[in-house]
Amino acid sequence: MCGIVGLLVKRPALRERLGELMLPMLIGMTERGPDSSGMAVFTEPVAAEKRKLSLYAGAQAIDWEALRATVAAALNTQAEISVKKNHATLTTGAAPNAVKAWLKAHQPGITVLSAGRAIDLYKDLGLPIEVAQRYDFAHLTGTHLVGHTRMATESAVTVENAHPYTAGEDWCLVHNGSLSNPYQLRRELEPLGIEFDGDCDTEAACRYLEWRMREGDDLETAIEHGFTAFDGFYTFLMGTRDKLALVRDPFACKPAIVAETDDYVAIASEFRSLAHLPDVKHATLFEPKPEHIYSWSI
Amino acid sequence: MNAVAEAIAFDLASQKLRELNQFLHGDLGMVKQVRVLNPDGAHSIAVGVNAPVTINIAGHAGYYAAGMNQLADVDIAGNAGPGVAENMMSGRVHVHGFASVSAGASAQGGLLIVDGDAGLRCGISLKGGDIVVGGDVGAFSAFMAQAGNLVVCGDAAENLGDSLYEAVIYVRGKVKSLGADAQFEPMTDADHVTVAGLLKQAGLTHDPKEFKRIASARSLYHWNADANQEY
Repeated sequence: MCGIVGLLVKRPALRERLGELMLPMLIGMTERGPDSSGMAVFTEPVAAEKRKLSLYAGAQAIDWEALRATVAAALNTQAEISVKKNHATLTTGAAPNAVKAWLKAHQPGITVLSAGRAIDLYKDLGLPIEVAQRYDFAHLTGTHLVGHTRMATESAVTVENAHPYTAGEDWCLVHNGSLSNPYQLRRELEPLGIEFDGDCDTEAACRYLEWRMREGDDLETAIEHGFTAFDGFYTFLMGTRDKLALVRDPFACKPAIVAETDDYVAIASEFRSLAHLPDVKHATLFEPKPEHIYSWSI
Repeated sequence: MNAVAEAIAFDLASQKLRELNQFLHGDLGMVKQVRVLNPDGAHSIAVGVNAPVTINIAGHAGYYAAGMNQLADVDIAGNAGPGVAENMMSGRVHVHGFASVSAGASAQGGLLIVDGDAGLRCGISLKGGDIVVGGDVGAFSAFMAQAGNLVVCGDAAENLGDSLYEAVIYVRGKVKSLGADAQFEPMTDADHVTVAGLLKQAGLTHDPKEFKRIASARSLYHWNADANQEY
């Protein structure tokens, strides 16, 4: 069991309140996922030549300012850093892979959670309320977000195995369910040079779809390919720089419900996560149909 | 709780669900009506009730609302989550919005009414209860249903009545596909009477003549080695 939440605000004025509106949604999914939780938030993109990376240091004490200065010097680029507890967002003019390679060589204890122009990503162990307070989710701002609360069923409770999963740039996916063929997908992707970080079934779906999009598919076409490639149970909620997308497997084994108003589209595993949204009484409520692609643009 | 004559209200915004359910499982005395305020998608609201009481749920219910119901008349003003009225024994459950998956699963008696659509596997393993759905039903509805009736006023998705036993399905709209061993059969006078009676109880006015009957071809009742696992 796991919980998923997603929120996309339609009016620019609501972008300042994205985290505040989302917080009761995430807390509402505590019973579905008390092990760990995570949140991907899509903000105004940084300048076209820049990329930002979300970094996670775990229990390590990091001198983030020193890290910023060293990365800037080593990669001959400007760099900015903003820090929340053991998490930091590092923005540079270097390619994400160059920064990742440098970190791997010089700071192997730091995990890169995401890369892109718009995505910031937080994930950590603990109850949703604990993770939310640790990283001040209530004050997150942006256009849309994808969150998850995890109750592990098929791999260990670790930060690496917490969701959202990311691959490439400005792409994330959360999963409620379990895939039957993640290793088959992995065996198809690894010979193409696609590297895996962990052993969670969800990572295979995340990397498969990102690979399809790099091959030229748009999001919807990639998901169509996914319907053939994925075997198992899934409700997937996905985020790109400008979209949220939601799909359920053909048997719709895992729940999802959508509430849409003129102000927002909100997605959750269950209504109890939507119950406290403003004006939800007048929202259009529906359950997504199996094997049907739902997507919303900012 | 605020006792007013024969009616009582529980507000789940401030009271625990367990308080409500323990009250419903105890001696109800003179209480004939229980209102549940701010359900907000809580699970297991009014499960296991065994008393002739009216329960009004003033909003959306989560998983398993009114499960195992006996005798009670449960009215859900909004939508219901997975497994509403599952294993109902008797009484009546009325969902005014839509119902998620497995509505009325293995109900042995009573009547489940869903004004909107019902999700996948509606009436799965139905064992004698009746279900009336005002809208559409999802795939695999009435899967392995053994007794009782499923009346669908809208359309039915894939594999309707797969591996059906002796339950009977009536559909007014389109059937995307039938499951293994389910077949269309002519409507008899008795079928028209059954459908008319259930529609009336659900407050619906469709003409029973608009419905098609689906029942078991009974070819799966006995093992057929020659079928080579294909049906």
